[in-house]
Amino acid sequence: MRTMGDVAIGDSATIVKLHGDGALRRHLMDLGLIKGTQFKVVKVAPLGDPIQITVRGYELSIRKEEAAIVEVQ
Amino acid sequence: MAASELHVALAGNPNCGKTTLFNLITGQNGYVGNWPGVTVEKKEARLSSDKSVIVTDLPGIYSLSPYSPEERVSRDYLMSGEPDVVIQLIDATNLERNLYLALQVIETGLPVVVALNMADLVEKNGDKIDTRALSRRLGCPVLMVSALKNKGIDELFSEVKRAAGKKGKAAEHKFDSAIEEVLDKIEALLPGSVPAEKSRYWAVKLFERDADAQRLVNLTKDASAAVERLIAQCEQDCDDDAESIITGERYAVIAHIMDECVKKAPARMSTSEKIDRIVTNRILGLPIFILIMWAVYSIATGADAFGTAGTDWVNDNLFGEGFELFGMAFPSIPGAIEGWLVSIGASDLVQSLILDGVVAGVGAVLGFIPQMFVLFVLLSFLEDCGYMARVAFVMDRVFRRFGLSGKSFIPMLVATGCGVPGVLATKTIENEKDRRMTVMTTTFIPCGAKLPIIALLMGALVGDAEANWISPLFYFLGVLAVIVSGVMLKKTRLFAGRPTPFVMELPSYHFPSVRSWALHVWERVSAYIKKAFTIIFASTVVVWFLTNFGVFEGAFGFLPAMEGIPEEFTDYSVLAMFGGAIAFIFNPLGFDTWQATAMSITGLVAKENVVATASSLLHIADGTETDPNLWTAFAGMFPTVGAIAAFGAFNLLCAPCFAAMGTIRAQMNSAKWTAIAIGYECGFAWVVGLIINQFYLAATGVFSFWTIVAVLFAAAILFQLFRPMPKYAWTDEHDDAMAPAAA
Repeated sequence: MRTMGDVAIGDSATIVKLHGDGALRRHLMDLGLIKGTQFKVVKVAPLGDPIQITVRGYELSIRKEEAAIVEVQ
Repeated sequence: MAASELHVALAGNPNCGKTTLFNLITGQNGYVGNWPGVTVEKKEARLSSDKSVIVTDLPGIYSLSPYSPEERVSRDYLMSGEPDVVIQLIDATNLERNLYLALQVIETGLPVVVALNMADLVEKNGDKIDTRALSRRLGCPVLMVSALKNKGIDELFSEVKRAAGKKGKAAEHKFDSAIEEVLDKIEALLPGSVPAEKSRYWAVKLFERDADAQRLVNLTKDASAAVERLIAQCEQDCDDDAESIITGERYAVIAHIMDECVKKAPARMSTSEKIDRIVTNRILGLPIFILIMWAVYSIATGADAFGTAGTDWVNDNLFGEGFELFGMAFPSIPGAIEGWLVSIGASDLVQSLILDGVVAGVGAVLGFIPQMFVLFVLLSFLEDCGYMARVAFVMDRVFRRFGLSGKSFIPMLVATGCGVPGVLATKTIENEKDRRMTVMTTTFIPCGAKLPIIALLMGALVGDAEANWISPLFYFLGVLAVIVSGVMLKKTRLFAGRPTPFVMELPSYHFPSVRSWALHVWERVSAYIKKAFTIIFASTVVVWFLTNFGVFEGAFGFLPAMEGIPEEFTDYSVLAMFGGAIAFIFNPLGFDTWQATAMSITGLVAKENVVATASSLLHIADGTETDPNLWTAFAGMFPTVGAIAAFGAFNLLCAPCFAAMGTIRAQMNSAKWTAIAIGYECGFAWVVGLIINQFYLAATGVFSFWTIVAVLFAAAILFQLFRPMPKYAWTDEHDDAMAPAAA
């Protein structure tokens, strides 16, 4: 399974499915990360984590650990 | 509700300008408290232009889900029946995501007025928003406002008053017809007690299997089984779970609205993106951060800097020798008050109380204001312009190693000025456990008032108060205490849990309005000034009483006025008796003289008192932290260098002062958690002091029972630091809410 954390810096991808359950999953969905959403990985923090993505016209920072529940293609 | 009063709820995403708008319309005279039972800020105030309108500022949220305390209190308040109208504030530069909350607020069936904030920025980008079309699609009035520039606010409130006269209605926007069919069926199953305009809201919540809604709506057993069958069928048809279906439908509605109402200019690189390319750059990010922090502290507290100059001026002139202004000589404040007291013939007792007690105590606190003011001006600017969110982004990797997130860094920076606003700054941390842990550990960072203690220790240890290599050691001790505590506490039952997600919006950079920037600085400085005039004021009077009253030759009274009393009257004071009585606590730490104990007690009241107490107890007249005589007398209280270090460690790590304890109480909103926080801080400080002293003694060949205790404590700390995360059953209330709702 390819996840959001695997997308290279500067690349775009589309969300296929959100795994996991509960608060984190719902929070990501509320932020607009749902099936079919396109996003771009803008950069990674100086210490290698978290990453910064652009989605629905705004900037979001997310740890790789949390990005791992987002399946992409 | 009084018939003439109008309750308006202010809802919106974080960073949409809600606080700016609230401050603008209410003149920031609001009541700030907590929502019942949770430590989420509740702000309520009357409109400055119309006192019959009461505005309640809801927390900044992204959704009305049942998962976070902020979202729960918001939806509970919206459904409570109190608000007559909701102002839904929207950051127009981020319309798509902001509309997601707006749709949910509209679904509550309350009259809603949508205010598009920062619309001027949208136009600057070349985008166009058709507010008429938007109003039609949302089924409620839509206005453009600018909270920053105070535009469109009067129109907003005339619209709010118009909306208040109307009855609430069901939302205008519709989902896919298959979903609508299911929602209609669920609405039909709702009990008759649910009003028509609210049935849509509850139907959607039940469809999402929202546990709170299931409890509140109280369906019959049959109805609830029927609802579950409907959901299950729909989930099968859509090949997705119910929560995802609803979220997807909302964003689909938003996509249609965006197509119809917004004309986007061709995308360009925004200023924020350009700044971020450098500021959070993989290679430059950390050096830039260190450079900015270095600049902040040089300007605020550096030896020749602006803030320090102000503080020195206050200490040396206002509260010292007096000063000259435009060729006129002014006496210092204590000098002026002394002159006045003498002129009205005040007794020695009154003079001593006012000059040695009140003026000296409050003066010691006020001296810190210039430095603190400069520090908070700079830190608040970094926060308001959006840089601190980037700091959290850059530093998160470091902080999560010991169980905190990058967001905990900001309170700690503020705490280098004063722990009171530092603890207050924890309110931006959403997760309750993270917030509690940050409250508990933030005050380990040396605050401004601890610096004279550090200087005194440096003088006593190496005979040089300017020894630049020692003071970083104490900051290092503070940071180490935060890290060690973070790792240890995370593995206790109190803090164990899933790691808190760090999913954070990075707001666009913007130059803060001078007004909101000033308010932010004032909020922090005034927290410190309040501390000076309330708690410190009261406690200096108590400390003055304890040092000046006592028993001499069998009689209790005001010691300096007693017949035949030696110059060193404090030896007979109540403080001496009390200090002597509890000095045994500090015996294993190597400082069991009553003077050292008394200094620690006054330090617990306020760290500003410690050096002054030392000077008065050790009979060094007007001794300051840079006075070599005081260093020698101070060092003379301790048997070894290890004991001096232990004294330093205890006093720098224990609960900072009464004012900070009061703030911890307010932030924790719980007596139990306040006791845990203060108990942990003092206990940890004692243990560190014990380990330092006993290990020093052991190194010099002195062993005792306490050596064993110190070794056991050290071993326990190491064990807790390095053992793997224990497996507790997740049992606290928030994790319960995370579990999928039972069908």
